[in-house]
Amino acid sequence: MEFAFTEEQAMIAETARGFFAENATSERTRKAMAADGIDRALWSSFCTELGLAGIGVPEELGGVGLGMVEFALIAEAAGAQVAALPLLGNARAAHALVAGGTDAQKAKWLPALVSGEVIAASAWSADAVVDGAKVSGTFRFAPHGAVADLLVLTAGDKCLLVEATAAGVTITPHVTMDQTRPLATITLDGAAAEPFADHAAANHALHVTGWIGLAAEALGGAQAALDRTVAYSKERVQFGRQIGSFQAYKHRLADMMIEIEQARSAVYWAACAVDEGSDEAQIALHSAKAFCADTFHMCAGNMIQLHGGIGFTWEHDAHIFFKRARSISSMLGDSQWHREQIATLVLDAAA
Amino acid sequence: MKLGFSAEDEAFRAECADWLQAQMAGPFADIRGIPNLCDEIPRRKEWEQQLAAHRWSCIGWPAAWGGRDATLAQQVIFAEEYARAGAPNRINHIGVELAGPTILAFGSEEQKARYLPGIAAGEQIWCQGYSEPGAGSDLANVKTKAILEDGQWVVNGQKVWTSLAHYSDMIFVVARTEEGSKGPKGLSFLLMDMDQPGIDVRPIRQMNGEAEFNETFLTDARCPANAMLGAAGEGWKVAMALLAFERGVSTLGQQMQFRNELDAVIAAAKANGKAADPVMRQRIAGAEIGLRLMRYGALRMLSGTDLAAIDGAALTYKIQWATWRRDLGELAMDVLGQEGELAHGHEYRWPTLPNLYLFSRSDTIYGGTNQIQRNQIAERGLGLPREPRGNA
Repeated sequence: MEFAFTEEQAMIAETARGFFAENATSERTRKAMAADGIDRALWSSFCTELGLAGIGVPEELGGVGLGMVEFALIAEAAGAQVAALPLLGNARAAHALVAGGTDAQKAKWLPALVSGEVIAASAWSADAVVDGAKVSGTFRFAPHGAVADLLVLTAGDKCLLVEATAAGVTITPHVTMDQTRPLATITLDGAAAEPFADHAAANHALHVTGWIGLAAEALGGAQAALDRTVAYSKERVQFGRQIGSFQAYKHRLADMMIEIEQARSAVYWAACAVDEGSDEAQIALHSAKAFCADTFHMCAGNMIQLHGGIGFTWEHDAHIFFKRARSISSMLGDSQWHREQIATLVLDAAA
Repeated sequence: MKLGFSAEDEAFRAECADWLQAQMAGPFADIRGIPNLCDEIPRRKEWEQQLAAHRWSCIGWPAAWGGRDATLAQQVIFAEEYARAGAPNRINHIGVELAGPTILAFGSEEQKARYLPGIAAGEQIWCQGYSEPGAGSDLANVKTKAILEDGQWVVNGQKVWTSLAHYSDMIFVVARTEEGSKGPKGLSFLLMDMDQPGIDVRPIRQMNGEAEFNETFLTDARCPANAMLGAAGEGWKVAMALLAFERGVSTLGQQMQFRNELDAVIAAAKANGKAADPVMRQRIAGAEIGLRLMRYGALRMLSGTDLAAIDGAALTYKIQWATWRRDLGELAMDVLGQEGELAHGHEYRWPTLPNLYLFSRSDTIYGGTNQIQRNQIAERGLGLPREPRGNA
């Protein structure tokens, strides 16, 4: 039984946790929230000094050459601070390229994605029209879409690369509830698009990376919501007692920990299953996305409630966690959808 | 980080699976899959002895005492294969998993020689005398007293919820040996023979109609002065160490049983059309997720070296599985509909799923209620202030 971190994995986790805790401060995140949702200085030091943006990209393609477990460790640490970074978008684009890009596409885009010079965003459309090398259609809810240079778009079963500056591309930013990952609508009107070499592999990589990334972010966020609320419960005194000594209060914290421990198992089960090519990977991915999103939402909601009035203010960070939890819940399939996928696997498979 | 077991461990799995399946298909087919702990007792004693004869009765123990010095991974694998083969719940679970490891940890060589062979051979069944009418969640509030008289401990008091006491040969009893002491101080851990006039066992009928546990009355019950584990007054330490043995190894085997139960719910939903109901599909998927996460939580708990991480998983495990199983019982009845409320014969006895529904109400109570679990998670896992104690 070796379902535990290796020394290297523990070290990566420690490094990432320390980096985000020190640098992705509330003050800096709030500055990014008031702007375009990216802390540029943080992004640059994450990519260049820490050099972890290409953690799941093979070494020969300029990455670190590790797997989804290590990627999850990074996403978890970033999620714990609700860091305002295009980490997920770049990882999804890079993994899609590794899995299904042409050699030329890999050579052109991977180094810039790993170094952070290029910011990527993804979105999908059910009814976009692909006419040779031209695409028309609307792609909604692209995270960090307004600041992206490279768009990785799923149109039906096709996967396409579109440059944001190409003719026929219009990107409309939206004021978005989660300001650390603002959404944009991408409208293409006969825009030039490059197809991937292997559409299915690219789309699969987009999903897998997205689901694991979101689940791991949710895990980190949920744990941080618990940690911060525990700290508050030991400081705040009412009726002459620390409020954390009241059973009604401590039982809610215990419930958070119970869910978080399961969420932790879910993230590392899914990441490991993908890395090992296990036949459990599909059910693990759906489990992780659904369970972790629900857990984070529950914990962030409790964080507000258990802080009382201060938890409802703009000044306190609770709302930043709560809004990130909401966006994770909706993004890339909500929990009902993921559970339905599991129901299909469990109930509808031929006996 | 890896999901599976090593090739050596998988070879061990094949070895024990072969043997267990052959037994359950052959000589012990008649007791295959018995869910409770109260039917077919004589045959199940024979089964314990068959396990012992092939050195499968206590594989985690040292070879010198009849075990195999099995690694943690091997013990987990055996527990999984045991459940997968449909072998009946161990009636000597308490002897093998609790009394034995505690005697190995705290017993003198003479005590080991006196008690361990009977357990290893499947000849002596043990039960546990912890809870009392006034000592449930507050386990340290034990009132049963033991006084040393003419080289024997003389014990008076009442134990309750003693599973399997009606056919056990031995009982370990936590008793107060220090007059006037309170709480965890002044308690001692005694090993007593059940076959004596001072011990009276009365079965308690449970809400599912069965009687697996008992009230055990001790009236001038006796054991030798040297039938004490640890020193006089150190009983609480021994009792708590024993509870720690309860966690871990058997969890993955228990999960095999949960798997069978969830599969039965899934089969019932497919058979009666509930599998097409969107709400039922959500709930069944939720149960599936919960079970899978339990497995990887247990693996995390058993394979880790990061003690803080293991503690987190271990502390939350009991409430997790108990709540999951209670919810599964409710799901089962919602899948079955009114059909589930009808017994199959003239007796008040229940098939697997309705029995699960009823029995699982005890899961969130025994071994520490969900509320006590939350207190412990909050206090030990999160470092929150302790619940204020009364003065009584």
